[in-house]
Amino acid sequence: MKILYFAWLRERVGRGEEDVTLPSDISTVGQLVTWLRGRSAGHEAAFAQGRLVRCAVNQDFATPDATVTDRDEVAFFPPVTGG
Amino acid sequence: MARIVVQTEDFDTGAELARLTAGRLDVGGIGSFIGIVRDTAHGNPITAMTLEHYPGMTERAMTRIAEAAEARFGLLGCTLIHRVGPLSPGENIVLVLAAAPHRQAALDGTAFLIDWLKTRAPFWKKERFADGAQGWVDAREADDAAAARWGAL
Repeated sequence: MKILYFAWLRERVGRGEEDVTLPSDISTVGQLVTWLRGRSAGHEAAFAQGRLVRCAVNQDFATPDATVTDRDEVAFFPPVTGG
Repeated sequence: MARIVVQTEDFDTGAELARLTAGRLDVGGIGSFIGIVRDTAHGNPITAMTLEHYPGMTERAMTRIAEAAEARFGLLGCTLIHRVGPLSPGENIVLVLAAAPHRQAALDGTAFLIDWLKTRAPFWKKERFADGAQGWVDAREADDAAAARWGAL
């Protein structure tokens, strides 16, 4: 699975992209976040403010209950501030 | 047909206006919004701004917003150009144009486009202040409220 991070999530994780092999017991965005938080102190810092983390699965906005598979592109980022 | 562009360079507003009406006589009005980098944030002087985005999802989200606006307001065309990368105060950030047979659709279409662009397109602004400090811009609840008045996207 391809994971992307943007803005301050990217800075806290320390990279903008990583490839991970999804454990078989993870099937939702919420479960993925819980698992990612354990990967490093940077990941933990990035996801600590859960209220401010948004997610997209295959480039569409997704909620914590959205389904994910090993073939998906999943991105995490703060609320958008363009325009 | 919407024109969607993400680019580092500036845009030419006059050329973009001309492009919307080229070869057609059914356009009765064009609404426009141009976003510009301010020199202060909450009273603190800003020396630079950097815009980051999510390539791929950005164009996808902008296209979806444009198609919704064209359908809802009967637009004859619209243009969304958003700059990314480093910008200085006074520089253009975003151009929104909406062409329609009459003014109300053009003006409402323009407001719809910029309201959803600010809340649904994956761009993030980072500001650099005069004292050297940097910080990511926080999303504003007022922006969500502005978009929500149009209902669902």
